[in-house]
Amino acid sequence: MNLGERFPQGVVRDERPGYSGWIVDSSLLPNVAQTLRREEGFDYLSSVTGVDYLPEDLFETVYHVYRTGGGPGEIIKVRTPRGRPVLPSLTSIYPGAEFQEREIWDLFGIQFDGHPDLRRILLWEGFSGHPLRKDWREPMYEEETKPFGARWPEGRRNGPPDRAFTRPADALAPGGWEADDDRALYAALENEAGGRPEALQTEFLMVNLGPQHPSTHGVFRVAALLDGETVVNLKPVMGYLHRCHEKIGERNTFPGNIPFTDRLDYLTSLSNNFGYVLAVETLMGIRPPERAEYLRVILAELTRIVSHLWSIGFLLNDLGAFFTPALYAIEERELVVDIFEAVTGSRMMCNFFRFGGLARDIDAGTVEAIRALVEERLPGKVDQLDAYLTGNEIVQARCAGVGILPREKALAYSAAGPVLRASGVPYDVRKAEPYSVYDRFEWDVACRGGCDVYDRYLVRMDEIRQSIRIIRQALRALPAGPVQTGKPQFQPRVPPGEAYGRVEGPKGELGFYVVSTGRPNPWRYHVRAPSFINLTGMAEMCRGGKVADVVAVLGSIDIILGETDR
Amino acid sequence: MFGLGILKGLGITLRHFVESYWEDLRGWGRRYFTPEGIARRRSRDTRGIFTIQYPEEKLPVPEAFRVIPFLVYADEADGTRKLRCTACGICARVCPPQCIWIVRASDSATGKPVAHPAEFAVDIDRCMNCGYCAEYCPFDAIRMDREYELASRNRSGHVYNLEKLLKPAAYHAAIHPAAFAREEAERAQRQARRTGDA
Repeated sequence: MNLGERFPQGVVRDERPGYSGWIVDSSLLPNVAQTLRREEGFDYLSSVTGVDYLPEDLFETVYHVYRTGGGPGEIIKVRTPRGRPVLPSLTSIYPGAEFQEREIWDLFGIQFDGHPDLRRILLWEGFSGHPLRKDWREPMYEEETKPFGARWPEGRRNGPPDRAFTRPADALAPGGWEADDDRALYAALENEAGGRPEALQTEFLMVNLGPQHPSTHGVFRVAALLDGETVVNLKPVMGYLHRCHEKIGERNTFPGNIPFTDRLDYLTSLSNNFGYVLAVETLMGIRPPERAEYLRVILAELTRIVSHLWSIGFLLNDLGAFFTPALYAIEERELVVDIFEAVTGSRMMCNFFRFGGLARDIDAGTVEAIRALVEERLPGKVDQLDAYLTGNEIVQARCAGVGILPREKALAYSAAGPVLRASGVPYDVRKAEPYSVYDRFEWDVACRGGCDVYDRYLVRMDEIRQSIRIIRQALRALPAGPVQTGKPQFQPRVPPGEAYGRVEGPKGELGFYVVSTGRPNPWRYHVRAPSFINLTGMAEMCRGGKVADVVAVLGSIDIILGETDR
Repeated sequence: MFGLGILKGLGITLRHFVESYWEDLRGWGRRYFTPEGIARRRSRDTRGIFTIQYPEEKLPVPEAFRVIPFLVYADEADGTRKLRCTACGICARVCPPQCIWIVRASDSATGKPVAHPAEFAVDIDRCMNCGYCAEYCPFDAIRMDREYELASRNRSGHVYNLEKLLKPAAYHAAIHPAAFAREEAERAQRQARRTGDA
């Protein structure tokens, strides 16, 4: 649709070479967003992120919106001067922007007017500066971009005396900052809860689940405000594992980022590779050969099986069935991981996709091993897991009707993957905007309408079966031929422009927004992390439930902290 | 019926429990600490206990398995080591965590750089085992090792120097037989083309 005609003043087409979408005046942003959502049916806000265009002295905030019915999306961009970056918040129109806007505030220092709780989200509250600004430098700063000159040809291991090891005096202990013992967090929780309980003379109770707790799947904290055992309000607190992945990504060369994507969701490294190479291949305008496309699909679907098996096993762990179901699931995972090891050389950090193909071909023996696994072993084992868990009364009692996220709320909060599909929205990027060769296979989107923890579990179960179906077809149709377009390049030329590569990862829609300026390093590298954005709706799922259900809800969202915290 | 799901679940657990003993009895003396026992436990019709009792038992690793890089040299007839590395620096530039340092040698008389590394260092604590250095090396000079028990009490020992990185081509051939055969074939082909051109 033509936003420029709809809003003749203040909306212009983005005509920079390699770019697309609309540049919207910041005052018009809420109107444009309202129009897109209410009138044009762009009901799903996929990603919000910032870009620091330091040479032009402006910040650009980029919104990607899609229709859950499928089809291409719209990109809108809003500019704001670097000196005084303030934008209207979109949380009232797309509540899914809540955490993403907080992230932009945290990493870029762009303020969002009207945001209900604009605090830092990934970094600690005493951190000085906003690291994704191009003029921010880390304490061990060496050079703006890799490769670093000190490595070759002089190999200066200790560095010359003038090497810029500048650590800002207040980088780790900013002057004048005092720990506020999370007062801002607790105040926000109580404000949103709207006063104290009235019926009895009781007080709300603040309980922190985590950060050191086995049920939080890593170093993750849930600050919950309780009325007795009932959850009144809740906020996830994250960032304990934050390593500024995106800043590292901007220092890295384009291929150098592929092994770093492995470390996002470390259970699904091949899916992560997939999203990133899709984004960069769009920029480069290349496509991999047929064989590579099929192998990519096979490997990505095996990854989905592994991730869902793990998730189902650990959901049961969270419910108290300590490690028996998890170990049954891990047994199958082990067989798949052995295949990954034989194919890619590593069990988890696969680093196998390349721009325009794959690192190397896979041999006939491995293809046969995959075939035997999906034909002979996995279906029976999934059925066994199903028989073991689905009808179990304890699983039903703990999961059914717990952690309700109604359809509209799931959409509004930009939930993705099994969380969204268990709320009755049949939205799957593989069908909505098919990438690679997914349009050639016959399979169904797993979707259920229960909106609860139990249906999220069932959707994962269904998806394992659908993945097996896809792999069988892909193996049957697997063509011969090369697996790489052209020669593998260690410094590919990536033309200037922007690209948003998104794939349906096991946890949900995984997007990579990459901006290139034609240099060997990306100017901007952003990850739309499903584990992170799915947490936006967590408070909604838990409110009114019991505190013990928080653990079940968290298990059903299936977060991986490597991806949540990045 | 209420409780049926639980009974079914308990039945499956019981079957796994009995199976693990049954399999152990069936494979008495052969199931643990033997290569065929390990192969059986990780095969796709594994039943019973499938775990490997590390460190007494170790999983065999596939050829593609990669941990940290090593440098390949060939033994010359006169007993000297001929490095394949030409200090071109591609590995140092492609390395994502930048853990490779190379000092290019220069001719002592003229001062001009020569195709040979004077020093070569890999910080294995920074290495992320991605395998790019081996993948993009145009001279097949750097390959990925499979030794994974690298922990030590001494951090400074984790910066591998040239001496520690060098391994003979025979070692590479032993751990990567298929890749080695392919590389040798390609090398022979290139050689043939060059002599054909000449």
